[in-house]
Amino acid sequence: MRFLAVIGALVLGRLAALGRLMRFAGETLSHLVRPPFYGREIGFALLNVGYFSLPVVGLTALFTGGALALQIYAGGARFSAEAVVPQIVAIGMVRELGPVLVGLMIAARVTSSIAAEIATMKVTEQIDALVTLSTNPMKYLTMPRVLAGTLVMPVLVGIGDVIGIFGGYLVATRSLGFNGATYLRNTVDFLEPLDIMSSLTKGAVFGFIATLMGCYYGMRSDRGAMGVGRATKGSVVAAAVVILAANFVLTEAFFSA
Amino acid sequence: MIELRDVHKTFGSNQVLRGVNLTIPSGQNTVVIGGSGTGKSVLLKCILGLVTPDQGVITVDGTKVTEAPRDAFLSRFGMLFQGGALFDSLPVWQNVAFRLLRGPLKRPRDEAKEIAIAKLRRVGLSPDVAERLPAELSGGMQKRVSLARAIAAEPEIIFFDEPTTGLDPIMSGVINDLIREIVTEMGVTAMTITHDMTSVRAIADRVAMLHGGKIRWTGPLSEMDAATDPYVDQFIHGRAQGPIETLR
Repeated sequence: MRFLAVIGALVLGRLAALGRLMRFAGETLSHLVRPPFYGREIGFALLNVGYFSLPVVGLTALFTGGALALQIYAGGARFSAEAVVPQIVAIGMVRELGPVLVGLMIAARVTSSIAAEIATMKVTEQIDALVTLSTNPMKYLTMPRVLAGTLVMPVLVGIGDVIGIFGGYLVATRSLGFNGATYLRNTVDFLEPLDIMSSLTKGAVFGFIATLMGCYYGMRSDRGAMGVGRATKGSVVAAAVVILAANFVLTEAFFSA
Repeated sequence: MIELRDVHKTFGSNQVLRGVNLTIPSGQNTVVIGGSGTGKSVLLKCILGLVTPDQGVITVDGTKVTEAPRDAFLSRFGMLFQGGALFDSLPVWQNVAFRLLRGPLKRPRDEAKEIAIAKLRRVGLSPDVAERLPAELSGGMQKRVSLARAIAAEPEIIFFDEPTTGLDPIMSGVINDLIREIVTEMGVTAMTITHDMTSVRAIADRVAMLHGGKIRWTGPLSEMDAATDPYVDQFIHGRAQGPIETLR
């Protein structure tokens, strides 16, 4: 019986945590349609989440696309299918690797920084100060970041997809003997609108998850340096896991027969 | 006037407030004293609605804080936080003018900056501080900036949470003088939390001692030294021996 009680308490605890997160997400969404809107904060968040993430997104996609081309070429050679490199790189980058890798890189770069920033604001009473200055912290801190993440991530994923395909193109044309024009034509011909739509949709969902997790863990941070550390670590782990789970659900929704 | 009636607050198994009854009269500075961890800051946060009491009623000018429209209620308050709580990412003048740059008290940017610089002057800081970031300032300067922010929107009520903590005696004296002057010239209702007895004697009109989750004694500053309560006597004279348990 004691064993069952422990399991029950664990399950109830997890459900309560899920409920808190859902409530937080709901409150965040409600602020998207309720004025006032802090334009400067939204602008800064767009810059931080989007523009300043471009180098890491670009490099990640470039190397991944290149490695993917090498792997497909080597794997395809086992059954004389080396020619499919452009198509598989394109579909692999656009449908899966582009959105997932960009999502994970954003979780590492943006989620962590949001969580650490907000957690530090909490432990130094800056969140309380916002309230006493008649400013809702959810509206001033959370909403701009989540909005920016949701809007800018599809753009980052789109850029990541293109750079990833370009990485595959570079490797294929420089090392594997592919003709450049043929490679590009095969890539363009093979991709369908649904592939691109799924990629951008995943980007928006992952952007929402990554920024929401950063804000949620930051706002719930415990006191002290350990509290900030725990919030930062928890936010990145949660964002990564939820992004991967959401990726499975979205892939199922878009591509299951 | 702020009134607290039978206010209780518990965090987990820690019963911090156990029935606080306190009246903070208008136009005076009421200083709440008490040892570390006795719930002074929690008391203050309960009034502001940053912490919700488990039980009891808090009213400001007869209106329950839980029933007052939030924005209008908070716009009556200014607050000096213990650590300053300045926003790291904003220059000093935008910290001071925070309330004047957004929300119902929003002013044109130039006007808000002018007011911020005037308030910085009022707390003894030169205009060239306005463009600096909080991290570039000393602890005393940060306290002054926080004080300027607290008074920027001309509030009716100001709370000071440990205003001299972490400051050297001279800077503590400067901050105490500023608080005394500002409370007098603005005619505001003020509540200060501190365990610095020099501050108490410099800025208080009335004193209330919080211990064991309740107000043990309250009265005018002039009667504090004559108080017969052994807790008050031990605390204000800083004695290790007495009814207040100390760790040695």
